[in-house]
Amino acid sequence: MSVTYLEAIRAAQEKALSDDPRVFIYGQDVGVFGGAFKATKNLAAEFPGRVMDSPLSEDAIVGMAIGAAIEGARPIVEMQFADFSTVGFNQIVNQAATLYYRTDVPCPIVVRLPSGGTLGAGPFHSQSMEAIYSHYPGLVVMTPATVEDAYSMLLEAVAIDDPVIFCEHKLLYYHLKADKLPDTAQPAGKARIARAGRDATVVTYSAMLHESLQAAEELVEEGWQIEVIDLRTVKPLDTDTVLASVARTGRLLVVGEAWPWGGVTAEVISRIATEGFGLLDAAPMRLNAKDTPVPYHPDLWAAHRPTASAVAARLRKLLTQ
Amino acid sequence: MLRDPMVTAVQEKTGAGKSVDADLARRAFRTMLLARATEEKLAALYRAGMIKGGVFLGKGQEALSTASAIFLRKGDIFGPLIRDQAGRLAFGDTVLDTLRTYLGSAKGPMRGRDGNIHRGRPKEGYYAMISHLGALIPVVAGGLYARRLRGETGVVGVTSIGDGATSTGAFHEGVNLAAVERLPLVVVVANNQYAYSTPNNRQFACADLLDKAAGYGIAGFKCDGTDPAACLETLHLAVQAAREGHGPQLVVATLLRLVGHGEHDDAGYVDPGLRKANVGRDCLDVGAAQLIEAGTATAADIAAWTKEAQAEVEAALNKAQREKGPDPDTEDWQAISTEHLVEGQYDTEDE
Repeated sequence: MSVTYLEAIRAAQEKALSDDPRVFIYGQDVGVFGGAFKATKNLAAEFPGRVMDSPLSEDAIVGMAIGAAIEGARPIVEMQFADFSTVGFNQIVNQAATLYYRTDVPCPIVVRLPSGGTLGAGPFHSQSMEAIYSHYPGLVVMTPATVEDAYSMLLEAVAIDDPVIFCEHKLLYYHLKADKLPDTAQPAGKARIARAGRDATVVTYSAMLHESLQAAEELVEEGWQIEVIDLRTVKPLDTDTVLASVARTGRLLVVGEAWPWGGVTAEVISRIATEGFGLLDAAPMRLNAKDTPVPYHPDLWAAHRPTASAVAARLRKLLTQ
Repeated sequence: MLRDPMVTAVQEKTGAGKSVDADLARRAFRTMLLARATEEKLAALYRAGMIKGGVFLGKGQEALSTASAIFLRKGDIFGPLIRDQAGRLAFGDTVLDTLRTYLGSAKGPMRGRDGNIHRGRPKEGYYAMISHLGALIPVVAGGLYARRLRGETGVVGVTSIGDGATSTGAFHEGVNLAAVERLPLVVVVANNQYAYSTPNNRQFACADLLDKAAGYGIAGFKCDGTDPAACLETLHLAVQAAREGHGPQLVVATLLRLVGHGEHDDAGYVDPGLRKANVGRDCLDVGAAQLIEAGTATAADIAAWTKEAQAEVEAALNKAQREKGPDPDTEDWQAISTEHLVEGQYDTEDE
């Protein structure tokens, strides 16, 4: 028996609905149909009246969740694709994100964003939005890379009192598997050393964890031991774990699937450069997608996003610098 | 079925006032007076440079605003907008909290973190608007949705917007969602002829904003926003219909903003003809005449109430002015409530 990343997301929602009567799910096609990716399969039947199809209105979906949260509910809303959350952007960054600071009333909503590129998905079904949401104060931004984290972090997202942008990667939905759901969980906000090493540190998150781990494996044959850190939550960013790793390795590469201008990779490098400059034996490096919309054609897409071989190539440069 | 049978016909109320209870009419008028006195003080403070940031007043909209909130009870939800000083007071906001927010007192509901019209006490059903117009409509809808999930019945939410906000996507999405969910939401549109400086003929092309109600499959009401009795009658019907389970209600009231968009704005763009027309009447003048004509109050009563309102404002001002603003050194500078997920303050001068 194994469980996929997507099944873990479904199972976490099932548990949240079952454990807490304040939880409900609202979003496009999430009801009887079970969601575009089936992340809410059978939940509408299991929890009548609590897993509801919404109109095609991202602004109103998020706004509605905020109002429900003010009244003590724990809404989980699904954006069909992360890309469409731009239509609900105003509610997320101006209403949800400011509510606690302005009024002292917390806003416990979870906005699930099916994120990242998949084969043939093109410019409007592939985006990684974590950087833009992290920029706004008042939001927690989770980017789980493993089945275990998809499950436990989604449960934590529902439990905490603040708005959580839950970036779940579509590429991991079906093929990433674990033996079982976890019984215990590392709390959000703490990074995890996914692979220990001594020669260089790769800091990454979400689907890029797996490309980075594969690259690290590739470099073993060349005699390098690469440490790979999974940030898990990009906001807050666990700078301490990264600093401690860089103190051991002296070299840093930050890998993200999002666009290069600003963003999570730039933030990590900025913090290590300002707080850990003396720890670095070489200039830090970063690897992102190219600065164009995400292309449709598989060959273009494969070259647009960082892959294991691109990470390995960048690491070779970093190691010989 | 497009509309609820009970409210199939668009209800139009103008000037009758017969069904308005005398106590209610007096209470509403005194709320209007208090709002006007508060705002006159705010304008004076602004001119004296004692308020930082903008001042946005609702002069001319007190009748509609009061009527929007006066039928709400404890447990209901009110999501006011810019020109709702009167409705806020009717819902339970105070002159003191108004002045505290404008003057930046740390004791106000926003503690200096937000100002002027962006105030509220969400836990008491009094939602705090953001500047993005229409955005509060789905939020109030969501509050009502949560109440229904909890099994609460008979709850009503009222939120208000202007003619300009009917052009926003948020208005469309929010009203449509409320209609689909059949929520007890009353959306009050103050058609005050201008969105900042933009006249109605540059804002919408339908013959009447009320036409939108049919498009959403919800009930619609229309009233003369300069007429306090008509506003009370109309909102009474709309709030009652929502409370009894007839779904969202759209109320469109016609009036004129008698001030600028904010106190920085001389409103020179307003067509002088409108000021002289029925739509340009001051609802306080109309209300005073209605009370006197109905024998509900005398001119002397109204003069005394006006003095009382002014005295209340003075007392609140004396108190608010003595209160301290927030202290940047003791602010927690935290935008979320979950302690272990608070982001460090990078690139600032922390110790």
